[in-house]
Amino acid sequence: MSNATQDSSTTLKLILAWGFVGIPLVWGVLQTLTNAMKLFQ
Amino acid sequence: MEFTEPKAYTRSLIPFLDRSHSIAKPGFSRWLVPPAALCVHLCIGQAYAFSVFNLPMTKLIGISQPAPEDWKLTQLGWIFSLAIFFLGVSSAVFGRWVEEGGPRKAMFAAALCWAGGFFISAIGVKVHNLWLIYLGYGVLGGIALGIGYISPVSTLIKWFPDRPGMATGMAIMGFGGGAFIASPLSVWLMSKFSTPTHIGVMETFVVLGVVYLFFMLVGSLLVRVPPAGWAPAGYVAPAQSKKLISKNDVFVYDALKTPQFWLIWWVLCLNVTAGIGVLGQASAMSQEMFPGHITPVAAAGFVGLMSLFNMGGRFAWATTSDYIGRRNTYFVFMVLGFILYCTVPHAGSTGNVALFVICFLVIISMYGGGFSTVPAYLKDMFGVRYVGAIHGLLLTAWSAAGIFGPVIVNYLREYNITHGVPKAQAYNNTMYIMAGLLVIGFICNLLVKAVDARFHMKDSNEAESATAAAAVAAKA
Repeated sequence: MSNATQDSSTTLKLILAWGFVGIPLVWGVLQTLTNAMKLFQ
Repeated sequence: MEFTEPKAYTRSLIPFLDRSHSIAKPGFSRWLVPPAALCVHLCIGQAYAFSVFNLPMTKLIGISQPAPEDWKLTQLGWIFSLAIFFLGVSSAVFGRWVEEGGPRKAMFAAALCWAGGFFISAIGVKVHNLWLIYLGYGVLGGIALGIGYISPVSTLIKWFPDRPGMATGMAIMGFGGGAFIASPLSVWLMSKFSTPTHIGVMETFVVLGVVYLFFMLVGSLLVRVPPAGWAPAGYVAPAQSKKLISKNDVFVYDALKTPQFWLIWWVLCLNVTAGIGVLGQASAMSQEMFPGHITPVAAAGFVGLMSLFNMGGRFAWATTSDYIGRRNTYFVFMVLGFILYCTVPHAGSTGNVALFVICFLVIISMYGGGFSTVPAYLKDMFGVRYVGAIHGLLLTAWSAAGIFGPVIVNYLREYNITHGVPKAQAYNNTMYIMAGLLVIGFICNLLVKAVDARFHMKDSNEAESATAAAAVAAKA
């Protein structure tokens, strides 16, 4: 496997792995932030 | 850097799970390890959101109102308490197995226990047997919490020798963030499965069990340990060793004989006691200290904001510790915490809501930071080799703080109110006591020095020798 192919494969793995945990986490944080805004209402 | 493979505990029925099968191949990016750790920590962090099931589970028979045969809230409260108790026990008991068996095996075991806990609890709800829920979520889930919590710690430290605080901070941040996902998800699932004649707790447990099993298994597949001698590109270990950063390893049970372990145990316990006491009472406290200013809805928002700072603090403070040092980070927690706790009564007496909110947000960020900075502190003191197992033993400080903190806050409040202190001022003494605890924590932290050389492991096979000797002795 060439270096370029390996690099793009690693980048794809990183995007998928971080997306796998990041998307649910960001969703949860946004939900909590929306509720937290009630403190300022 | 060299990480020798312990001979003991390395073979299992499923060789794929062994440490030797999870060694990274050339080209593997170390940035894939934090998401693997997060897969586990985000799932087990659900524990902080278990309370969303409490009220629905008091109405499983009565549906709209609790029936006489329904479970009481006091009975249900034991589920979470049992889980936290078994977190401390399992992290202490299984710490060495986790360290020597490798992260993949530990994450796999945690996934099975965590999902199994949900499935057994679902059966408990179905047949309305609370003991099954105690066994499922409390015991089995608690064991998963302990194993899962410590499973990626030493692996992350080995992958990030240049930024160990940041690396472990990312994983432990996930434990704080797990509730953000679990809480709205559980409420949504229960609303989908509930009908006018049925509350969908059982189905929600099953779905959560399946989802968590999938996520945690992905984490265990993704995780890799670095090959022997691996170091990040361009990383050069400091030639001149720092006074409080050991290059030597200490065997897990020898760490218990050092004053450093117990001093850090108290530092963590006191820092967590100070935070956990106010975390559980934040809603009631804010309303009672500012009657008319903070409504129940605003208090709920305040609690949500505190959760965000609890999570963010785990990452931010642990990362900061890579630059200012672990001991200095705890000095900041103790000194700044002392000032902020002493400021809270002033904020209450002057009706300064903004000052009160800022004080507690910073305090709670340091509560989270205390958890996430401690693995790197232990690594500095006791080396990398058994840091996960030593961390497991140290988590008993969390269990102790879980009792001390709420007891101090609740009982002092009751004492003050029964002795005629107005509700708005009932927490003042508590704040000063928390500040006092941090003074003791400061002194403990000040006493932490480098571990005496007699505790250092002589060679890499010492642990195996000890294991073999113990096995021979056991057979004899």
